[in-house]
Amino acid sequence: MEQKPPILSWQSGALFLVPAFLFIAVFLLFPFVWIFYLSFTNQTLLGANAANPQFVGFENYARLFDFDSWLNRGQFGSALFITAQFVIGSALIGQVALGLALAIVFFRRKGILRELVYVLVIFAWIIPDVVVAFSWVAFLNRDEGTFNAILSRLGFGRPDWQLEHALLSVILFNTWRGTAFSMLLFSSALATIPPSYLETAEVAGASAFQKLRDILLPLLQGHILTDLILITLWTFNTFSIFLLTAGGPAYRTEVVSIYTYRIAFQFFDFGQGAAIAVVVMLINLALALIYLILLRRQSVYT
Amino acid sequence: MKRIKHLLGEAAYYIFILVVMAFFGLPLLWLVLTPFNARATLAVEIPQPFTLDNFQQVLNNTFAVRALVQNNMIIAVGAMLGVTLIATLSAYALSRARVPGSSQLTYILILFSSVVTGTAAMVPIFLIIFNLGLIDTYLGVIVVFIGGLLPAAIFIMRDFVEGIPRSYEESALVAGAAPSRVFLDVALPLIRPGMMVIAIWSFVQAWGSFLIPFILLRSPERMPASIAVYSFYTEAGTPNITLVAAYSLLYAIPVVILYLFVNWRYGFRFFGGIKR
Repeated sequence: MEQKPPILSWQSGALFLVPAFLFIAVFLLFPFVWIFYLSFTNQTLLGANAANPQFVGFENYARLFDFDSWLNRGQFGSALFITAQFVIGSALIGQVALGLALAIVFFRRKGILRELVYVLVIFAWIIPDVVVAFSWVAFLNRDEGTFNAILSRLGFGRPDWQLEHALLSVILFNTWRGTAFSMLLFSSALATIPPSYLETAEVAGASAFQKLRDILLPLLQGHILTDLILITLWTFNTFSIFLLTAGGPAYRTEVVSIYTYRIAFQFFDFGQGAAIAVVVMLINLALALIYLILLRRQSVYT
Repeated sequence: MKRIKHLLGEAAYYIFILVVMAFFGLPLLWLVLTPFNARATLAVEIPQPFTLDNFQQVLNNTFAVRALVQNNMIIAVGAMLGVTLIATLSAYALSRARVPGSSQLTYILILFSSVVTGTAAMVPIFLIIFNLGLIDTYLGVIVVFIGGLLPAAIFIMRDFVEGIPRSYEESALVAGAAPSRVFLDVALPLIRPGMMVIAIWSFVQAWGSFLIPFILLRSPERMPASIAVYSFYTEAGTPNITLVAAYSLLYAIPVVILYLFVNWRYGFRFFGGIKR
């Protein structure tokens, strides 16, 4: 990298960074450290343990990893298992793959159809949580919902989505909700590919599939990994599906974010909630590190 | 042979578009039609009979209207101003002062903020806000939004500032302008499109959010629209469908208008593409 003389002196630079640093320290760094401490206490919101929380050692963790019941509905292990299916279904297969497909299909195509699809996908992304939740409750309704109206017209009957296929319906919902980010990221990445690369391939007689496999996907590798990291973490932590199902029926869509909410903010058991949060954050950190290592490895070779 | 292959390709293209448009459009179609329908329905149907009465009733609910035009506005505008100002200052410093590894720093920042987020982060953040005495205040909600949105805002903003040529600022410095003048009179006008995008993005995020105000606010008169919408439920807990739909539509419209404005004025896209 070439050395550019700084326009801003380091004193002014530091001054400019102070407010951001304060917010990041208070709302990012401090919570991350404090939560480890909280997870070893019996902190609650009200009562004796609110003012003077006791140190309880690993009790909160022991309750979390009680392996006799941990895969039962409404327990931590079950929530983790549901979250894994939710992330694989709606983040990896849903948002990233569909976003990539959309960006590639519309690559170097212009026109009203592309604009229309982009606007619809982006609307699904930006409209308030509560509003889209209501729309989807209506959409998936067994007797009147649009989805079943189409399915029954096509001869698939009228399944009760909210009851029989609860996890599948929140996976569909979250795919619908978040695909826009991946689509936008990939299409702006594709726009940076020099046209000459593809023209050369076309002159050499490459098929569409060959161009995709040998030119576009390798050039997109870094973007795909970055997108995978962010979408995985965001999906792991999303709370939006609470508005659709509240974790039900019978805890069948209770992902860890909803489980944490139930323990910490319905039972106000902050110590236990903090222990869950620690485990969740460590899993997230591990996922981020795996992706980062992959990213570093691929940037060495390209 | 080649011609048949081409035709098949085109057919697949249009079928794909049709399925995608149905998947993304149909769930929202209900939201657009139902508010104008006199009959409550969960199906997508042409309003029969057509009416504006639902909006009339929604506007008569002073609690819900205040949630939308007052509480939501205060929270979203507060978050927008804070995020935009702080992100602009720090992104400018990260780009124009000599900060070692500023690109990696912002990348790690956005990753870390995606780890410390959601309900997991709300446990300590709730206690911080509680101990600061900011539970059930607009300020408490606003600062939590600023803290949460800042990393992504700095990431996007730094990318944008990096894309602006330094020559204007350099020649102003050579001409003897004070550094504060250079920032205010030369750099800021160039950064303004990026600031607009960040402002609207943060407004939309705070406007639509449910979790943070739901956890940090207590009194009904401060609740934003995402919670006030439940005032259109009967005491038995069943929604008044037409009113919920009408209110939801009013709640969604500002976001849609802002998006259309950004798209028309600046083009809605990622600058340069997020990468390493």
